[in-house]
Amino acid sequence: MRKILVGVKRVVDYNVRVRVKPDGSGVVTDGVKMSVNPFDEIALEEALRIKERGEAGEVIAVSVGPDDAQQQLRTALAMGADRAILVKTNEVLEPLAAARVLLAIVQKENPDLVIVGKQAIDDDAAQTAPMLAALWDRPQATFCSKIEIKGGSATVVREVDAGLETIEVDLPAVFSADLRLNEPRYVKLPDIMKAKKKPLDVLELAATGVSAAPGLKPVLTEPPKPRSKGIIVKDVAELVDALKKKGLV
Amino acid sequence: MSKILVIAEHDGQKLNQATARCVSCARQVPDAAITVAVLAADPAAVAAQAAQLAGVTEVVTVAAAHNAHALAAVLAPQVVKLAAGYTHVLAASTAFGKDLLPRVAALLGVPQISDAMAVVGAYTFKRPTYAGNAIVTLEAPADKVLVATVRSASFEAAPGGGSAPVRAVAIEASVPAHTRFVSVSAATSDRPDLASAAKVVSGGRALGSKENFELVFRLAEKMGAAVGASRAAVDAGYAPNELQVGQTGKIIAPELYLAFGISGAIQHLTGIKDAKTIVAVNKDAEAPIFEVADIGLVADLFQVIPELEKALAK
Ligand SMILES: Cc1cc2nc3c(=O)[nH]c(=O)nc-3n(C[C@H](O)[C@H](O)[C@H](O)COP(=O)(O)OP(=O)(O)OC[C@H]3O[C@@H](n4cnc5c(N)ncnc54)[C@H](O)[C@@H]3O)c2cc1C
Repeated sequence: MRKILVGVKRVVDYNVRVRVKPDGSGVVTDGVKMSVNPFDEIALEEALRIKERGEAGEVIAVSVGPDDAQQQLRTALAMGADRAILVKTNEVLEPLAAARVLLAIVQKENPDLVIVGKQAIDDDAAQTAPMLAALWDRPQATFCSKIEIKGGSATVVREVDAGLETIEVDLPAVFSADLRLNEPRYVKLPDIMKAKKKPLDVLELAATGVSAAPGLKPVLTEPPKPRSKGIIVKDVAELVDALKKKGLV
Repeated sequence: MSKILVIAEHDGQKLNQATARCVSCARQVPDAAITVAVLAADPAAVAAQAAQLAGVTEVVTVAAAHNAHALAAVLAPQVVKLAAGYTHVLAASTAFGKDLLPRVAALLGVPQISDAMAVVGAYTFKRPTYAGNAIVTLEAPADKVLVATVRSASFEAAPGGGSAPVRAVAIEASVPAHTRFVSVSAATSDRPDLASAAKVVSGGRALGSKENFELVFRLAEKMGAAVGASRAAVDAGYAPNELQVGQTGKIIAPELYLAFGISGAIQHLTGIKDAKTIVAVNKDAEAPIFEVADIGLVADLFQVIPELEKALAK
């Protein structure tokens, strides 16, 4: 295959304890560490491995986000992507709009495969992969934990509630990466230097013809209800007593 | 009035309990008529179960050989056809629903609300973001069909006792041949199902090996509980992937959750926030799991589990 396109979203780092703004308008992101969505890192790693096996020619990283998302794309380039595209917008796009933007890039680049993370750890929506596959009218394989390319098709193992499901899809297709697909590589310093010279194209959202207008109106963002304070027991006997009192054993 | 279409999840024989929870969510929408759609090779048995759910107005069935396995690319165009005339399309936020509904929403050209956890109004739902650390209330436009997946842990299963009529419908939708089912390795066990169990015994990295993890399985068996695991335990191969609890595993709401040697990372906690009682056993008194535990015991799990087994046998 010639090309693999990978989605790379800039998100609040997974180690950050996210706080809700007091006025309920969203979460605090000023001065907060931002990273590549961990699932997108897995998606990218998989694309790189497919390329390194000689089964793909080029890996292109695409991000839809603010100008600063160039940092995450540079990380993707340092990991090994050949080039990157940023579709720039300061609006927060819903997954449907993000899928439409990706479709615009797909129509320009004609990849044989698109891999994205199964969800982004900010909105946790898990919609982009199936939405892109629907708009593109191509197969989808969500929650992938194993991918085997066989010429014009692929055999994919998916993590489903019952266990593992295997499906076969014709390419081109859209895959979404689950945690156990692989373990992403660490970026080394020389790779970061090399990444600075790789091409990173920036285009405005307007150039894709996609509207950023949200379809859903966010009314309020609030912290979750705190759990009431618990007790500490000193041994198993006390634990069993406490459970008996609650009628749980 | 709202007309809600709930897409049934099943394995060909049994209706998944997540669908009954989804029906409960639908019942909270004011003034709603609820239709459950069963797409299957032979929908009769599943349709009969759906018809018994309290609050269901009607069950529609689509029998077709290509519906033998739940492939989103095959089901989505059929669901789009079925959705005509409905105000809402809902499915449980399980691997099934998460795979299918965004494809349906995109074909309909509407946004989706993922993981609806509370109904505020007919078109206004709450959902968790940032691993459950920020709850967002979203309002969808009333002039479009609202597509949403429903967070099972937030709703009790709808009780039985109903007797809705079942109606077979034929759908003319071209289904693609580009996606083919090969196999599923369903781990068959007599243990209660993790997603719906009243009690769950869960183990983390501290178990240290697959052999040691047997301690968790044994205690669970004694207690009639399901088994869960942290990501670290699954990644290390101590427990199979379908037992992972958390942001990227199963979100559960048992009466009792017993966590052994689990530190309590936010990604894990988001999966157990709705448990009624959380018990944590960890030898580190500073472990974050104690911040959410109703009952905490600072101790070595390798001593606690055998003692607990003995105490419970009495
Ligand atoms: C994108 C992303 C998604 C994730 N999704 C999930 C998810 O869905 N579910 C999930 O669980 N994790 C998830 N994680 C991982 C999560 O961040 C933690 O790494 C993981 O939950 C840790 O597992 P653990 O608590 O078993 O291990 P550790 O954090 O290593 O904790 C082990 C605990 O055992 C205690 N211990 C050690 N020995 C004993 C003993 N003998 N007796 C008693 N206690 C002992 C230690 O004090 C420690 O607290 C995710 C991470 C990322 C980045």
